[in-house]
Amino acid sequence: MNALWTAIGVMLGVAALLGMIRMLMGPSVLDRALSVDVLIASALTGTGAYAAFHRDPTVLPTLLVLSLLGFVGSVSIAKFVARRTLQERSSTTTSVHPVSTATDPHPAPAAPTDTAPEPEKGENP
Amino acid sequence: MNETLGAVLDWVAILCILAGAMLSLVAGVGLIRLPDLLSRMHAAAKPQVLGLVLVLVGIDIRLIPVETNVFNVGTLVLVALFQMATIPVAGHITARVGYRTGRIEEGLMARDELAERLEADEAAAGDRGGDGAAR
Repeated sequence: MNALWTAIGVMLGVAALLGMIRMLMGPSVLDRALSVDVLIASALTGTGAYAAFHRDPTVLPTLLVLSLLGFVGSVSIAKFVARRTLQERSSTTTSVHPVSTATDPHPAPAAPTDTAPEPEKGENP
Repeated sequence: MNETLGAVLDWVAILCILAGAMLSLVAGVGLIRLPDLLSRMHAAAKPQVLGLVLVLVGIDIRLIPVETNVFNVGTLVLVALFQMATIPVAGHITARVGYRTGRIEEGLMARDELAERLEADEAAAGDRGGDGAAR
């Protein structure tokens, strides 16, 4: 039975490690938020395994806190990304449009920057 | 409580927790191997709901010999309820923001019904001269 407890611990450690790798190399902020969710799920499972192994119910409120923390974190990150992308898009359209109408031969460069905002330039401090 | 029943309950509990940990591992592997945001979300949601409920069931079976187990059941049910209520909301918002900000690779989608709908909405808004679909 001890082998099974060890296996649980090893699995959770590997899962957290893989989530951490995705958080380091994730192409966008949303991927990183998602891997934070997976890390929190691993932490929930690990804390629960601790409680079950020691038959110790004192850590159960921690599960409650973690489950709400994950929700608040991912929703606020998603809202933050949405608002900033909206601001970037509106600022590019207002700054680019008069130029593109004034110089008629090159209206094309404005369009790609509008529709495909470059995802990562400002997101890695 | 007699000995054999206690042993059987311990084995059931540890198998539940093992399944939950295995789902966590699957989510980690899926995060690394799957190609884009939506499929990663699909993999990541497994330990958040099913894995967590399995672990909670395992904890409570393990905690049966503890005397104040009634209160622990309450806490564990609350955790499961919060998780089940919040995970779909968070997933929906993340997927929506990912789509609207252009982070979904369109080559990986079999069919994009939302794009057709958005085009129709934009055409209707353009007829009215408004900018209603820009939200």
